[in-house]
Amino acid sequence: MPQTDTVAAPGPRAGSGAGAASSPTRAGPLKSAGATLARYAGVIPFAIYVALGLLIPVIAIIVGAFQAPGTGALTTANLGTATHGVYLQGFENSLLLSVLASVIPGILGLLVAYAIYTAKRGRVLRQVVITASGVFANFGGVPLAFLFIASFGSTALVTGWLGDIGLHIWDWGFTLYNLAGVLLVYLYFQVPLMVLVILPALEGLRPAWREAAENLGARGWQYWRHVGGPVLFPSFLGCVLLLFGSSMSAYATAEALTSGTIPLTSIQIGSFLNGNVIAGQENAGKALALGMIVIIAIVMTAYALLQRRAARWLR
Amino acid sequence: MAAVTQAPPARPASAPARARRGRLPAWRWAILAVAGIYFLLPLYAALRFAGIKAYGSVFSRTGFTDALWLSVRLAIVTTLITLALMVPTTVYVHLRLPRLRRLLEGITILPIVIPPVVLIVGVLQVAPGSLKATPWLLALEYVILAMPFAYRAIDTGLRALDVKTLTEAAGSLGAGWGATLWRVILPNLRTAMLSATVLIIALVLGEFTMASLDLYETFPVWIVQFDQTDAATSVAASLGALFVTWIVLMLITWAGTRQARRTGGGEVTLFTVARTDTPTGS
Repeated sequence: MPQTDTVAAPGPRAGSGAGAASSPTRAGPLKSAGATLARYAGVIPFAIYVALGLLIPVIAIIVGAFQAPGTGALTTANLGTATHGVYLQGFENSLLLSVLASVIPGILGLLVAYAIYTAKRGRVLRQVVITASGVFANFGGVPLAFLFIASFGSTALVTGWLGDIGLHIWDWGFTLYNLAGVLLVYLYFQVPLMVLVILPALEGLRPAWREAAENLGARGWQYWRHVGGPVLFPSFLGCVLLLFGSSMSAYATAEALTSGTIPLTSIQIGSFLNGNVIAGQENAGKALALGMIVIIAIVMTAYALLQRRAARWLR
Repeated sequence: MAAVTQAPPARPASAPARARRGRLPAWRWAILAVAGIYFLLPLYAALRFAGIKAYGSVFSRTGFTDALWLSVRLAIVTTLITLALMVPTTVYVHLRLPRLRRLLEGITILPIVIPPVVLIVGVLQVAPGSLKATPWLLALEYVILAMPFAYRAIDTGLRALDVKTLTEAAGSLGAGWGATLWRVILPNLRTAMLSATVLIIALVLGEFTMASLDLYETFPVWIVQFDQTDAATSVAASLGALFVTWIVLMLITWAGTRQARRTGGGEVTLFTVARTDTPTGS
């Protein structure tokens, strides 16, 4: 939203940078402040856009979380509401679901990515799987929920087939509408996302390392234990953290599947926006959002640290 | 998060390594088969449920045209802004500020992990009323959501090129920064930008959370509202969108590979880090 009037963003840098933008390529190695600003001129439009579209909204949430609705007075009441009762339960469920929905698809996605990686380059299979991953990673919401209700619903196609061979899964307590069911559905976009983000790391494993290991007499598992595994591990963990964030973000799919019967933080925030709130608690939604931002901030810090470790080998 | 780009030709691997990459042992087939069943079975079940007839009736439903037209316009505006913003920024960082690449990568990953439902809370709070009254606020925020895809597409595309040499050559022939970007780098990034475009369109045509909370009836929101009355039609519509995106992406990859082979390049693939021994631009 470039026209926001609450602009706080890059400020002085934006001002002087814009003046120097006419000759960004001539800054050269000069170390003066003007030259430094000129060097950064090319990223200023991006910086302003991110500040307006991402940073300021996030700051507004953080401020709003500490304000009483109506008066705007400072208060911690919103945080109190957000960390008790059904909202605390929402955080617990969201965290549990996101841990499961990042570790499990993380491992499955790694296996699929490895299977594609070892297939010969240029194979049709490889392109089909990778393009499919690009599409499925973006799939979600009601259509996705419908896919699973049409196949694993209590009277649906696959449930029927399984029933024919004596596996009456719904009689055994299976349901799509609890956390385990949501997890099964989340795999549908989480595994492809993992395939997409882990493939570059797999591609970064140099064949030369494997050859060197083999020349020194290493077997397959020894290569993975001492070379491939340690090199890949930070990337793997980083990708799992990314999946964690993606699972925390998911809103439409869980909403469509459970229509709010399982307390999940993202759905609770949505219901605040839809106006389903008790008077006096209007800003509790922002406190919930702040809680999510804190969790994401912790996860992303860990991700950044891991990426730095991974970068040592993968560049 | 994916991008079609040109990876440079793999360095000639030794004979045993090539053989190992060439065959698929049984356990790998097993993994791919299980994955295939998991991904295709629900699609088959849904297609059977929707039936073939539903596809014909989708187009005549009330609201379909309006919703689709709104989504198409949003997709066009989002794509244009995203490319105009991300291509110059990424190229500039590659060439002149390679130290910022990691930071840029970190910033552009944020929209994947910051929940859209959180972001829209803040956006609706700070956006000026004049902007909130139009659907274009959505397009401006979709640019943020599209950044991870766009950045990675362009970044991988750039890594596969020798940008530094290209720029220096253009410079020594008298081209300025603008001319170099427009006439040298952009033509080489065609495939990367095309795939970014497809993924942005897929994102906009599928984005539900922000649109519904901003109270605009885009295509995905229409599908959900329609769902109440006629599930088959809405599922038909969304599966149609899914297949079209998939096919377009495959065509781009296929065409890109053919072109790359002709010009002596390597395979075109999605979201692959180019394997170069010397990092470009540093």
